[in-house]
Amino acid sequence: MGIILEVNGPLVKLELPQTVIGEQVRVGRIGLIGEVISRDGNTALAQLYEDTAGLCPGEEAEGLGWPLSVELGPGLLGAIFDGVQRPLQAVREKSGDRIARGVSVPALPRDTRWHFVPNPERRAGSALVGGDVLGTVQETESIQHRILVPPLIHGELLELAPEGDHTLKDVIARVKQADGRIEKLHLFHRWPVRTPRPYKQRDHAVAPLITGQRILDTFFPLLKGGKAAIPGPFGAGKTMLQQQIVRWCNAEIVIFVGCGERGNELTDVLEFMPKLKDPHTGRPLMQRTLMVANSSNMPVVAREASIYVGITLAEYFRDQGYDVVMVADSTSRWAEALREVSGRLGHMPVEEGYPAYLGSRLAAFYERAGRVKTLAGEHGSVTLIGSVSPPGGDFSEPVTSHTKEIVQTFWALSKELADARHYPAVDWLESFSGYVGSAAKWWAENIDSKWESARAEALDLLGASEELQRVVNLVGVEALSSEQRWTLESADLIKEGLLQQSAIDDADSFATPEKQFALLAAFLEINHLGMKLVKLGAPARRLIQMPLMAQARRWKNQHPSDDIAGLKAKIAAIPDAFEPLLQEYTHPAAPSITGAAATGASTS
Amino acid sequence: MKNLEFRTATSAQGGLVVMSDVPGVAAGSRVQLRDHAGRIRSGQVIRTANDTVLVEVFEGTDALDLERTWVRFLDEPFKLPVSRDMLGRVFNGSGLPRDGRPPIISADRRDVNGEPLNPAARAYPREFIQTGISAIDGMNALTRGQKLPIFSGGGLPHNRVAAQIVRQAKLLGEEASEFVVVFAAIGASHADARFFQESFEESGVLNKVVMFLNLADEPVIERLLTPRAALTAAEYLAFDLDYHVLVVMTDMTAYAEALREVAVLRGDVPARKGYPGYLYSDLAELYERAGRIQNHHGSITLIPVLSMPSDDITHPIPDLTGYITEGQIVLGRELANQGIYPPVTVLPSLSRLMKDGIGKNFTREDHPHVASQLFASYAKALDVRGLAAIIGAEDLSDSDRRYLQFAEAFERQFIGQGEDEDRNVHETLNLAWDLLSMLPHDALTRVSEDELAKYHKGVVA
Repeated sequence: MGIILEVNGPLVKLELPQTVIGEQVRVGRIGLIGEVISRDGNTALAQLYEDTAGLCPGEEAEGLGWPLSVELGPGLLGAIFDGVQRPLQAVREKSGDRIARGVSVPALPRDTRWHFVPNPERRAGSALVGGDVLGTVQETESIQHRILVPPLIHGELLELAPEGDHTLKDVIARVKQADGRIEKLHLFHRWPVRTPRPYKQRDHAVAPLITGQRILDTFFPLLKGGKAAIPGPFGAGKTMLQQQIVRWCNAEIVIFVGCGERGNELTDVLEFMPKLKDPHTGRPLMQRTLMVANSSNMPVVAREASIYVGITLAEYFRDQGYDVVMVADSTSRWAEALREVSGRLGHMPVEEGYPAYLGSRLAAFYERAGRVKTLAGEHGSVTLIGSVSPPGGDFSEPVTSHTKEIVQTFWALSKELADARHYPAVDWLESFSGYVGSAAKWWAENIDSKWESARAEALDLLGASEELQRVVNLVGVEALSSEQRWTLESADLIKEGLLQQSAIDDADSFATPEKQFALLAAFLEINHLGMKLVKLGAPARRLIQMPLMAQARRWKNQHPSDDIAGLKAKIAAIPDAFEPLLQEYTHPAAPSITGAAATGASTS
Repeated sequence: MKNLEFRTATSAQGGLVVMSDVPGVAAGSRVQLRDHAGRIRSGQVIRTANDTVLVEVFEGTDALDLERTWVRFLDEPFKLPVSRDMLGRVFNGSGLPRDGRPPIISADRRDVNGEPLNPAARAYPREFIQTGISAIDGMNALTRGQKLPIFSGGGLPHNRVAAQIVRQAKLLGEEASEFVVVFAAIGASHADARFFQESFEESGVLNKVVMFLNLADEPVIERLLTPRAALTAAEYLAFDLDYHVLVVMTDMTAYAEALREVAVLRGDVPARKGYPGYLYSDLAELYERAGRIQNHHGSITLIPVLSMPSDDITHPIPDLTGYITEGQIVLGRELANQGIYPPVTVLPSLSRLMKDGIGKNFTREDHPHVASQLFASYAKALDVRGLAAIIGAEDLSDSDRRYLQFAEAFERQFIGQGEDEDRNVHETLNLAWDLLSMLPHDALTRVSEDELAKYHKGVVA
């Protein structure tokens, strides 16, 4: 037992001999929870996960004997937790619309009965190691929860429960450890959030994460098991893009961590997610989703903890052999929480007030992503997508610049594009992906071998148009040659017809890789055909006025992914649209005055 | 403890008092100081240890004689008495009357710090609030429960805009009568405070307004309390009495500067531009009190007004605000200099929740597309204007010249409007179509063919 010596914001100085750094403490009459962050002789400094108003020097404090841990077992999916894994729905039932301090609710419901099916390979007397699958629980229609032996346990299985209904309180197995101690296992176990869960070995990431967002999948791919960042100033559509990824990506489990973000935005997520259907199974999306929500007005220390809670939950599903995507929104808010606490500790600030350990903490966090061979010998992956909110959109600030060095895929959002309502506002010049080579193999095997070259060609076109645009801004479009104007127009077609994608248009919200490639190839073909004509002497103006150019921009909305046939029919008709002009300019002896009208003959 | 008076103040500086030899005082506890003249000041414990306690005094520490200062610790946080009678009243920043009428008497006293809303209990903002200002209603619409700040600069008419919103804001439909306003002026000049009061009186909305005024020459520390008192009143009106409450807080820059002043005195490590690292969390605690709650009828919609130091939108105050609020209305000097009122710069302005509050069931079916088209066309028009500035308007193509005219008309007629001009959303949308009709059909790709046929007034290109 210890006592409170001093209270300063979320930091509390305690007299607490023999505590260790990281230990959980319960403080004061109302029983606020926190963790020890430093120790000096008999005094310890603890940061509390809740507002400290009302705490009084002299009140009691006790060490709980374990570090900040999460409960891992059935009941996770579909749940919404706060930054220290308190289930928000259950907290609401207990304390009403507002979060009362000191409220204590177990993370996983203790009374729910789960139907446990033991793994037939496990028998009494057989040897067990951490990570082995004891059995399964069909947690939701979509996901079978594999009950794992906690990573650090190994020994002889003495007893395994038969098939039947169990609560989390029931013992389902007994294991005799090497030292003779008998360990009782339940459907769930605990794991400290700041310690990465062990695995056998790291594997190469091989398959792209398909998000259905054209600018991401086609231009800046991310692999399952990869690390990505979405930096963007406020108002650049970061949240919308993340929600699109969460909604459509082809991972088996999705974990969304709202770290210090807007309450209303979380509500939006909490309201729309349960209504969404999983595009891959047709069942509610929540069956494979769980959320950690710590809005900006919730205590700062819990905000700092929330991304570790999220990533530990992700690793747990990875260890069951699943592909997991975790979206952390936003890592800047996390870094600011770190800064806020370090400021109160009086740490010497380095850049913009951030502590010197910002970079190493960020790197260590992102390293918890990856595709691994699990302890049980299966493949699982954690893909980590962290959003970054650079102050004033300045990408040279510490959090963005550190993150840029760490991640392989960088989806840079641009305020200029967002201002022009070009969504998703992913800037094709600033963004990069280090996974193009690996992704190219997948596209070549599954979609089309020309993907890599088509992608490069489109990016070149966009880059060229950017330079031309600068010229236009100076001297006007009339100063460009026809070839240059056509390049500009082709790039515009790619921007409007391919890169812009509406999240709220049902036909456009998600594009399969087939549709993505079909559109890309079609626009490049238009570019080629037009360029050929321009070289024959056709003025770019006439090409730009072709009805095809306006029509092609609407194809993405007119043909949902399941209507590839309709889209392909339009694509097949592209050469017809150019035919009249081609006739005219390959046979210049017979100029047609009605040439412009004739190009209107193509279908709409 | 409540009845003991301590005379152990050892130092005082800039609104902070250090007390020694005080046993166990609770963090955040409210404090009463009695000075040598018998005047009562109030304060709050911001740091507490076994022997020393740090107290911030809302009325400041001027003329405080440490040897003749008696301090009582009230063992409870700062509380505001709340009642329906607050409507029509004017208070100072700590909730005491400043209109010469008696104080509010109520058994119901609320902790001004509030408690965080459980995200699982929130309801998403949806319904449209009409401000009567086209640049807002048409392109950056406000929804019930949203927080939408006005980013302004020194000398720009943000106070006039804020007052116009307060006078004109209304809900569409039958719930119109349940709409009230809580107005907090933080560090406002006497002239501004009088302007607001007179403006509300003249338009007859004063009986639906609760005002909290902290003036520029009043204690800085009280500025930290002013928005909290206002939001506490708003929470009571919204979630106990079922009103739809619009909260206008101006100027949040003065609030943040007060926070910085106190942080420096406390010796907190500064983060950006000398502001403490907890500026974000602190602002979030305020702003996030806006919203709606499931199974409650009322709502809090928040419009914080802040002046950006040297018009810099990347300054920590607007920057951090923008990350907490759902969008921003940006006022611009360029438009203001051309005599356009309200000088709303629409391109950097944004209402994130607009999409859920407009359209078929709320305003009119064409609203989302019209807004998108206005943004796109005006953005294009500004590019053309930039080009014209370099090569001269004579060398522009016909189509570009049309865009120039569009930009001019858009700024004068759509953005610009009278201070007493209350346009309903249909008038705003019709005006938008009048302007869009200056452009040919094929330049309007964000609106549907049907909408073009129905509303476009120009010749078919």
